[in-house]
Order: sequence, then C-alpha cells, then structure tokens
Amino acid sequence: MLRVENVYKQFDNSFLALDAVNLEVHPGEIVSLVGTSGCGKSTLLRIISGLDFPSEGDVWIDNEPIANPHPEVGMIFQEPRLMPWLTVKDNVRFGLEQAADSEAAIATTLVKVGLADFANALPRQLSGGMAQRVAIARALITQPSILLLDEPFSALDAFTRTKLQDHLLHIWEYDRPTMLLVTHDIEEALVLSDRIIVMRSNPGRIHREFVLDLPRPRKRTDTHLQQWKERLLNELDLSLVRSLTGV
Amino acid sequence: MNYPSPPKRLNSATLAPVQRTRSQSRRRRLGLRGHWTLGFILPVGLLVVWELLSRIGVFPPNLLPAPSAIALTLWTLTLSGELLIHIGITLYRVFLGFLIGGVLATILGALTGYSRVANQLLDPLFQALRNIPSLAWVPLFILWLGIAETSKIALIAVGVFFPVYLTLMAGIQQVDRKLVEVGRVYRFSQAQLIWRVFLPATLPSYIVGLRNGLGLGWMFVVAAEIMGASRGLGFLLIDGQTTGRPDIIIASILLFAIMGKLTDTGLVAIGRRLVSWQDSYSLQAQKN
Repeated sequence: MLRVENVYKQFDNSFLALDAVNLEVHPGEIVSLVGTSGCGKSTLLRIISGLDFPSEGDVWIDNEPIANPHPEVGMIFQEPRLMPWLTVKDNVRFGLEQAADSEAAIATTLVKVGLADFANALPRQLSGGMAQRVAIARALITQPSILLLDEPFSALDAFTRTKLQDHLLHIWEYDRPTMLLVTHDIEEALVLSDRIIVMRSNPGRIHREFVLDLPRPRKRTDTHLQQWKERLLNELDLSLVRSLTGV
Repeated sequence: MNYPSPPKRLNSATLAPVQRTRSQSRRRRLGLRGHWTLGFILPVGLLVVWELLSRIGVFPPNLLPAPSAIALTLWTLTLSGELLIHIGITLYRVFLGFLIGGVLATILGALTGYSRVANQLLDPLFQALRNIPSLAWVPLFILWLGIAETSKIALIAVGVFFPVYLTLMAGIQQVDRKLVEVGRVYRFSQAQLIWRVFLPATLPSYIVGLRNGLGLGWMFVVAAEIMGASRGLGFLLIDGQTTGRPDIIIASILLFAIMGKLTDTGLVAIGRRLVSWQDSYSLQAQKN
C-alpha cells in the first residue's frame, strides 16, 4: 500500500509546489493524477519515486517511510530513457541486480510488450512507440508491486498512444500492480483509472477526486465516458486559459 | 477479460528495420571505400605537379627537391636502417607520453567531472596551468629531469594531458540527467552509476579528447626532439637543417604527417567500434 502523508514541497525560490498533499493508493488500484501544468503532479510522482524529497511530510510504502527509491517501485518516464549503447535486451536487464540467470525472464517480458524479435536491436533502430514499450519492459522486469507512470504516452502520436493504453491494461492483467499515473490527457485517465484525482496549481494541491465505477475495457466513444469527460474538464482550473484566450 | 493483442500485429509490421540495417552495413562499407579514394586525389595530384615543375627547373633543387629525390633519400635512410631507429624512438616517446598524460588526465578528468568538490578543489589550478604555453615548461623540465628521455616524455605527457582532461570533464558534466535518474531509480551505487551510465555516455567525447591529445603529443615530440636529441624524427629535421639537406627536412615532415595520420586512424577505428551504438549525423551519412 502506498500512502502520501501531509507532503509539502517548497523549491529554493520559495515556490510552493505541493501544499499538504494526502493520498492513499490501494494494492492493484489504478489512479490517475490530472491537472494543468504547474499543479505539482509530476513533482508528487518524483517524490513518491524517491528521486526527489518532500520539504515536509512522508511517503509510506508498506508502512515504512521511504528515503530513497524503493525496490518495490517501478518508474516509467515521459521519455523512454533507454541507454543508447545497450541493446533492447540489455536495456531491459538494466534494472536487475542479479543479471546472471535472467535470460528467461527478459524473454518473457519482451514477449509481454511484443518486442521478442527486437531483443538485439539498438535503441536508435526503434520507433518512439517501440522504445517506450522497452521502457515499460524495463520497469516490469523487477516485478514491482507499484508502477509509477509520468505522462508515459504524451510524446507519442494519437494512434500509438491509444494502442499502448490498451496494451498497458493488458499487461496490468498479468500481475495487477498498483499504478499511479500522471497525465494531462483526460481521455487516458478515463480509460485506465479506478480513481481520478484532480490537482490545482498555486499552490499545487489536490482539488477533488472521482471514483470511476465502470467496467474495463472501456470504449472511448462511450456516452458515459463523454459525460465524465465534461465533468472533469469543468473541474480543471481552466479559468486562466479562458482569460488568456478570451473564450 | 479478453483484450485484443496488439503486439502480434506490430511484430510483423516492424520486422523490416532489422533487415534494413543488414543491407545498410553493406552499403556503408562501399561508401567508406569511395571516401578513401577521394582523399587520395588531391595529394597525388599535387605530387605529380610538383615533380613536373621540379623536372623543368621551376623549383631550385637546393631549396625544394623533387618528390622523387625525397623518395630516394627515404629509401637510402631505410636501407641503412637509420630511418627505422628514428621512427622507433619517436613512436616510443609519443606512446609513453600519451599513455602517462592520458591515464592521469582520465583519472583527474573523471574525478573533477563527477565530483563537485573535486572540481572546485582541482579544476581552477588545472585551468591556470593549462594556459601556460607548454613550451614554457621546457627549461624547467630540462633543469629538473635532465636532457635525456624523462624530460621529453614529461613534456609530451603535459601536452596530451590537457585536451584529454578537459573533454572528459566536460563530457561527464554533460551526461543526460535523465539517464542518470534511471540508474538512481534502480538504486545504483556511485561506482555502478559511473561504470554503467557515466562512462559509456561519455565515451564519444572522450575519444575526441584522446584524438586531440594524441595530435598534441605529436606536436610536442617535435619540440622535445628539436630541443636536444641524437635520435628521432625531430633530430632528423634539425640534422637536415644543419647539413643543408632540404630532402631530409621534407622527408621528416612527410613522415610526421604519415605517422600522425596512421596513429589517429588507429584511434578512430578503435573508437568507432566502441561507439557503434551512436545515432549521429555522421554515421547516418555513411549509411545513406
């Protein structure tokens, strides 16, 4: 279980990025953090990953406060972040401590992400979508119980993005890891999540949360989903956008 | 639940790239051969013109002898075994100076690139020393180390040190923070981070630094050998000057060019092998 307790984050220039954030994510749950840019959603994810530190408050994983990246946590970034000098196989192996007898596990994971034929390819030979699937495989190989995703598909074209969202759900079916997903794509949040948390900026804080009690797989064209989309758009603090564009 | 499985479909559609790289490497080999011959056109053409102009008496032979005369001199020196000794001792000096300067630069450059404290402690001093014209060290080195091999090799090592040090330090400092974070997510130790992320990421610029260092090594070996030596290509230069033999001077200059180019090509070949993963413009240009 993942618990964020009263987390503040103040940057050196005294900008308050996170203001008293509390959050609980249950095992196997898929939760999305949405919000306009600057609302602190990525900062929150980085703190949970252990790459960044809160100014105050704690992140608890399995009833222990974390000080460093936790072994049970897998991270998928916005960019694939593959080591360009390693083959696909070795990139997947990258996070394993005992790399010796892992060939079978790597092969299985590459099959899971549909890249079994590309084990020996170099990152420069891959398309954006394939590279991101390698990044997913690298995160999965350690069999994390918590998977953190920081706008994982936002750099991809719409077609690839839709495909990978379905694919991610497909993968989730295997081990049912807890997933915490930062996105600014409302449709993505609606298709994937059990719960959507809306954040607002200045200072960054949790504004509201919505529980989506809809069966999966969800159709993007579903009227239910369209209604939800409208509700969520209203909840996002778009007043600034309106005043800027004069709408 | 039953999901459609996209991976299968993607597989068949994406098999093509791997096959393409195989034919690309064939094309690349052909492209390289074309490049080689291109590089020979200009020097060979110049040699022919030079020889012709010398034969019809445009260049006075006591100032600029014909290429054939220089070739003859080289041949005589080779037959007497003298040339091999000169080349051997010069190569030995460059190699040893390059090794010492390169190793020290690698250790210190890695340290100042990776550790902020080491950087603040050491780098200002090195930057100040770097700005001393390296020939200014010569009197001091001769005073300290004598006129024999040690002072020459020390001078070459100084010349090699700074470009290698600077490029390695800058290369490490410019390693993508995003890749470093991946290592941190997997709780890499400092040593693991250096070995598995920093080192390979820095390799391309490090090789450029080594090439620069080797080039300066060749420059400094001339300076060292002109300063005082009884053997070596630099000695041959001075010998040609004192005995009024322009053919010997030009022959030594040519040998420097050839030796410098050969050692650099060797370094490039090793480097290309090590960084074949790179996705860069020049590699792309070779393939197409």
